[in-house]
Amino acid sequence: MPVAIHGETIHTMAGAPIKDGLILVRDGRITFVGPAAGMAYTADHRVVRARVVTPGLIDARATVGLTGILNQTQDQDMLEKSAPVQPELRAIDAYNPRDPLVAYVRSFGITTVNTGHAPGTLVSGQTMIVKTMGRTADEDVVNPAAMTAVSLGSAGTTDQAGKSPGTRSKAVALLRAELIKAQEYAVKLTAKDETKRPGRDLKLEALGRALDGSQPLLITAHRQQDIMSALRLAKEFNLKIILDGCADAQLVLAEMKASGFPVVLHPTMLRTFGDMENLSMTTAARLHEAGILFALQSGYESYVPKTRVVLFEAALAAGKGLPFDAALASITIDAARLLGLADRVGSLAPGKDADLAFYDGNPFEYTTHCTGVLINGREFPGENYGSSNSEF
Amino acid sequence: MPSRFLGVGALLALLTLPLSAQENPVAFTGAQIIPIAGTPLDNGILLVQHGRIIAVGDAATVRLAADVQVVDVSGKVIMPGLIDSHSHIGGGSGGDGSGPIQPDTRVLDSFDVRDTRLQKARAGGITTVNVMPGSGHLISGQTLYLKLRSARIIDDLLIPLADGSPAGGLKMANGTNSIRETGPFPGTRGKSAALVREQYIKAQEYLAKIGRAQGDPEKMPARDLSLEMLGQVLQGKRIAQHHTHRHDDILTVLRLAREFGYKIALHHVSDGWKIAPEIAAAGVPCSIIVLDSPGGKLEARDVDFRTGAHLEKAGVTVGFHTDDGVTDSRLFLRSAALAVRGGMTRDGALRGVTLANAKILGLEDRTGTLEPGKDADFIILSGDPLSVYTQVEQTWVEGQKVFDFSDPQDRLYALGGVGAGDPRRAQLCCYGNAWDLIIAANQGGSQ
Repeated sequence: MPVAIHGETIHTMAGAPIKDGLILVRDGRITFVGPAAGMAYTADHRVVRARVVTPGLIDARATVGLTGILNQTQDQDMLEKSAPVQPELRAIDAYNPRDPLVAYVRSFGITTVNTGHAPGTLVSGQTMIVKTMGRTADEDVVNPAAMTAVSLGSAGTTDQAGKSPGTRSKAVALLRAELIKAQEYAVKLTAKDETKRPGRDLKLEALGRALDGSQPLLITAHRQQDIMSALRLAKEFNLKIILDGCADAQLVLAEMKASGFPVVLHPTMLRTFGDMENLSMTTAARLHEAGILFALQSGYESYVPKTRVVLFEAALAAGKGLPFDAALASITIDAARLLGLADRVGSLAPGKDADLAFYDGNPFEYTTHCTGVLINGREFPGENYGSSNSEF
Repeated sequence: MPSRFLGVGALLALLTLPLSAQENPVAFTGAQIIPIAGTPLDNGILLVQHGRIIAVGDAATVRLAADVQVVDVSGKVIMPGLIDSHSHIGGGSGGDGSGPIQPDTRVLDSFDVRDTRLQKARAGGITTVNVMPGSGHLISGQTLYLKLRSARIIDDLLIPLADGSPAGGLKMANGTNSIRETGPFPGTRGKSAALVREQYIKAQEYLAKIGRAQGDPEKMPARDLSLEMLGQVLQGKRIAQHHTHRHDDILTVLRLAREFGYKIALHHVSDGWKIAPEIAAAGVPCSIIVLDSPGGKLEARDVDFRTGAHLEKAGVTVGFHTDDGVTDSRLFLRSAALAVRGGMTRDGALRGVTLANAKILGLEDRTGTLEPGKDADFIILSGDPLSVYTQVEQTWVEGQKVFDFSDPQDRLYALGGVGAGDPRRAQLCCYGNAWDLIIAANQGGSQ
């Protein structure tokens, strides 16, 4: 059914906000965005009214769907510990679209997530980009092989006696060795004589996609030396990478800026312990001032809360000095750019996916509510729809 | 030139003389004052002296004597210092792995005054805090109620009771946290309750023996630190601060408290919304946790922003807690704000970080509201306490400023950065470090 959305304020993220605006949606796509005045539409449109409209929010790094709500063996698929380097693990083979946390984050306006394997081993596996509709992974998937997750620092090492990598240096050495193998594999695959080509190797294939840039490495690095290691690796192997986490970003901001690589910054409310001890709630603002393309993330949580809500992480960044537009961009259009999806999601314009979020006030205020969500033109409920509304 | 150094020292001492030591009262003027007791004042005056509140009132009605030092805080918001009824700052511990019931252990003997999280709590506007041992025991030890004064040693933070002992509660827990696969820990909920009942019966008998001895040392039972402590709970001298999540576990807590007649406050209360009438009927206050999402453990599956609203509607006294490091003390006001998002009243939510928690700790006579005679514990905010854009600018404990956002070092703690964190692995309140939790989660840990 076509939908007509009247928004008192529409943040299109493609120009100035529109007051008393109208968005028309048909067949899952946006067909019109502009002032409502003088714009007619046919009677078959379902009409939605909202105080504030934003593009559907994008979470640039999550584990939702792999880290189930219960935190029991059967619903935790974010880390396979049998070997330190397993880039062949695909997120789509584990993603559970019906985990309640998928619907939970959706109820706050999150319509697209880059989710998958968590930080915790050197190369833990791949991520996928998926819409949060929640029926099947195959129906919801946008990019089944988005990135490959690498962890440097504590998260990339193990403290199990006799196991590697036990140190930062060993971790980088192992990773370099694997990337060299992947380089050699790629060369052998081009052998003119087909019989001289190697057999398929899922691991080296996946690393090969990191080398050719089609599935970049998402490198989690919090300490400044780990960020520098990531940049050194990228230079050595001519990689296109995405930096993840970066608690120490303010210590090596110039180097990060010079690298040109985008950043999926740690959640603003991440706990300030261990490798993350130096993180600051102002780092998002500093990245913005430095002109570094960045997005925010919900990240990975091993305990409670089982997932963060990226809207809340952007809200606090805004509360601590990131301008409103930049904060909203970090979970919409800038996240879309970082994920290579700016032609489909992240802003409101004709032809784009009809992914919208509705709020009854400034989306960043603690006391505002998400009043509804649209994904590919389909309506989903906003927050506070769950069981505690029933009478007991 | 020793004398010259002395001179400089004396001058510094004068400059840094705490307000509480001054004879003259100090008036904070021009701010909106939210006293919690009574309606907010748009242009209020807060008058403090000797660490106490002398007067709170509208600018039009409060007369200031000539000797009053005036601090203009126009445009700001003043409210009582926040009270966190459940925190793990300072890393205090309780019982060890030797058994499930260890009321003899004290946070007092394990608290790290130099933990950076103390200053972060002050940065969050927290002036009073209940530091708890973990929830991995049925009874894990004695909690400490602390005033977040400037401190060198733990004694600087204590709240002495009439008998000189430091104020605190007793941490209890039920549900999965205190259940373990191997003894002497209980393996089931039924066993958990039986073990607790057994101990309180022993404590009853211990008290009875003391009563029968009528002061005769020959007839007194041998001192038993654990039974002594449970005796204090039975006598109402100490409140049992009880971790509990699931609806049936909450009812078990109420059942046992009724059986033995001890005072309790419920903590976390994730399923509280399912049994709000029963909690209200028991007259038991709740210290609830507000988490960004449900789950992470089975018992927290139904955590909900609306819990505060449901309990408030039923007539329950509702406080909030950080459970720091589960949530960050610097964002304590956010918990109140998210409860409002879930339908709680603004007044109720602001009481939940102040007066309600004072009641939960039994400290309502001295803190939790801005009223004459109470401790001068207050915070100065840049705006609406429930807005994400608001910054805690100053925190005052008993008339002394303990946090000032304009001070670079305090600003570092408030926002984060090099030196503000903790190089150790994360402590998530109950089970040691987060890395273990990650491993446990992978191995199917049910925590």
